[in-house]
Amino acid sequence: MAVSSAKFPSGAKGHQEESKFAHALRDALIAAFLAGVLSFFFIGFRTDIAPGGLSVRMRWTAWITAVVIVFVGRLLLNLFVFGRSWSGSSTKPKSAPLAERLPDLGKWLLRAFFVFALVLPFVAMYFFPGRDRQFIDIAILIMTYVMLGWGLNIVVGLAGLLDLGYVAFYAVGAYSFALLSTHFEFIGFWTALPLAGMLAAGWGLVLGFPVLRLRGDYLAIVTLAFGEIIRVVLLNWYDFTGGPNGISGIPKPTFFGLEFARGEGSFASFFGIPYSPIHRFVYLYYIIFLLALITNIVTMRLRALPIGRAWEALREDEIACRSLGINTRNTKLTAFAIGAMFGGFAGSFFATRQGFISPESFTFIESAIILAIVVLGGLGSQIGVVIAAIVMIGGTEALRNLGFLTYIFGPGFDPVQYRMLLFGLAMVIIMVWKPRGFVTTREPTVALKEKKRIGADLVAQGEGH
Amino acid sequence: MEYFLQQLINGLTLGSIYGLIAIGYTMVYGIIGMINFAHGDIFMIGSFISLAVFLILTSILGFAFLPVVLLIVLIIAMLFTAAWGWSVERIAYRPLRGSFRLAPLITAIGMSIVLQNFVQITQGARVKPLPPQVQGGITLIPASELTGGINVQLSYMQILIIVTTVVLMVGFTLLITRTPLGRAQRACEQDRKMAALLGVDVDRTISLAFVMGAALAAVAGCMFLLLYGVIDFYIGFLAGIKAFTAAVLGGIGSLPGAMLGGLLIGLIEVFWSAYFTVEYKDVAAFSILAIVLIFLPSGLLGKPEVEKV
Repeated sequence: MAVSSAKFPSGAKGHQEESKFAHALRDALIAAFLAGVLSFFFIGFRTDIAPGGLSVRMRWTAWITAVVIVFVGRLLLNLFVFGRSWSGSSTKPKSAPLAERLPDLGKWLLRAFFVFALVLPFVAMYFFPGRDRQFIDIAILIMTYVMLGWGLNIVVGLAGLLDLGYVAFYAVGAYSFALLSTHFEFIGFWTALPLAGMLAAGWGLVLGFPVLRLRGDYLAIVTLAFGEIIRVVLLNWYDFTGGPNGISGIPKPTFFGLEFARGEGSFASFFGIPYSPIHRFVYLYYIIFLLALITNIVTMRLRALPIGRAWEALREDEIACRSLGINTRNTKLTAFAIGAMFGGFAGSFFATRQGFISPESFTFIESAIILAIVVLGGLGSQIGVVIAAIVMIGGTEALRNLGFLTYIFGPGFDPVQYRMLLFGLAMVIIMVWKPRGFVTTREPTVALKEKKRIGADLVAQGEGH
Repeated sequence: MEYFLQQLINGLTLGSIYGLIAIGYTMVYGIIGMINFAHGDIFMIGSFISLAVFLILTSILGFAFLPVVLLIVLIIAMLFTAAWGWSVERIAYRPLRGSFRLAPLITAIGMSIVLQNFVQITQGARVKPLPPQVQGGITLIPASELTGGINVQLSYMQILIIVTTVVLMVGFTLLITRTPLGRAQRACEQDRKMAALLGVDVDRTISLAFVMGAALAAVAGCMFLLLYGVIDFYIGFLAGIKAFTAAVLGGIGSLPGAMLGGLLIGLIEVFWSAYFTVEYKDVAAFSILAIVLIFLPSGLLGKPEVEKV
């Protein structure tokens, strides 16, 4: 991201050092000037609704602070971070991905995560008895995103089809369960789950079929349009979906017919343990843990099957894929359908956890968050999705607890509102810095042993023709 | 008939705004073959800058003569929004040139999120209502028994929008067809490598495509603000998708196509709201996007894309 990369005059080392500093300084000045121009009307002035129209007030201190922060930050970055790869452009990743440097890391991380996730509710209950509900809630949220990320990973990471409307399948799953359970008394969570998955997969086929011929960004924008169409229909079809009011009173899941409530015939009375509301959360946690695990296992198994290889081949080069006799239509449709199915499962779970759903929960930004998790984790990497979900969703939750920041930035400072800004910045920076993912990269499962001179991520596909 | 005529005028006005945004999409797609997903948010930025400049001029500096104020607002908004367009390209797209195909699209989505949230944080999430500034109009057909009591009116605001759009389009077409800058643009559009070999500064040309697209989006943003009088940080998303639909409908990469597509989308949206349902007007735009991309990927005026192996 160096604003300009000047050639250094060859000469004494001291001279070079000096010119390096001068260059860094000049670059920082340019960056600060640009930041000043860009933020002038946004940070420098603020428009507010006032009696009798809009009012505008100046915020010079904030503006000057922002410019100074950019200047200092850029200078420090130039001197200490970009300094070593000065003449190199930032497009080529210099260091190998984390997983390559530590080959066994992925395996160990996986085991550690698994064990940790397995005992997590009890750890929370044992060590944080006062806040266990909050911790388990966050864990459930993270697990939901892990599952969604894994589902989307099949479509985006493995098959290379950029789907910006994934949240539509999440919505289909949630509404399927909500509508089925509110219309038919006998349908509970476990009956509705496969139905919701099948419906979502069906929608995956329906939406996938027309877009088969499209590639890359056209596909992305059409899936985005489909996602929005589904949301707008959910919002306006009052008789069926309740419109913006949504659907409430969605039943909670039961443990083999045992409800998590007080009194006779409940989970607590059947096992003869005292009733505690935390049981339901622990149970919900294990449901989503199981669902996510199934997603992961299915994906891992599929990846070893011909269909998985076909997905990866499709991602690497569609034309080569077709000329080798792979049926790209079926390959793409299975990816869409299977990805959508897991989205539907997650949607059902979301509905039963919340007890209430409305179209508000299924906006484009949700798709973008899931996509961000997949991208940041490294397209196609399973463990990467987990780490990205923990960092991004858990990080958001952590932002809520950064109360001390209000001492620095004043009482009106709310870290949570910076959440999406940080999401977006992270997406940009990670893509620029390590286009194949931050945590790990996923190479094709099978490949010719012969090394290409140009890496797979630099092949002509990216030329934009 | 009179109702139809009135809707036609409204549709053309809205279509002009979409057309101005669509040009930014089509130019960038023509040169580097990517969807500048953040372009809708550049439009939103332009709208906010226009609002700020307008308020500064009228309430702090005390300017009262509206035409001069609007002219200054337009020029400053174009300049500052162009700076935003340039920076977005510089930060998010240029480092990824030659990377795999989806990478710039993902940074574009990231950039879009960044821009929206930046504006939300710095300017607040609430809508900004601006009372109508340009009032009055010409009555083409006065209300009478014959017309069923409908007044067909061409407001000054609509005249302003349509005239500005026409002037900008003529200027822009001359820029692209008659100047060395336009020649470089067209050369890069045809073959970037060859253009570079023949001494065209490709990076600069691409930057300029973003700058020009952003400047036109700023005009659209300013017009949107004056026409509707309400903006918030989220307007760029829908307007961006509709303008992109317009660019695709007209044939992506084609400048007259972008304008034609913009007018068509504006007309379709207005007529859909007038004769069918207002709630589903966005669905109409999205459906057209999907249908055009699937069945007519080269659009009305575009060249069919040849798949290279």
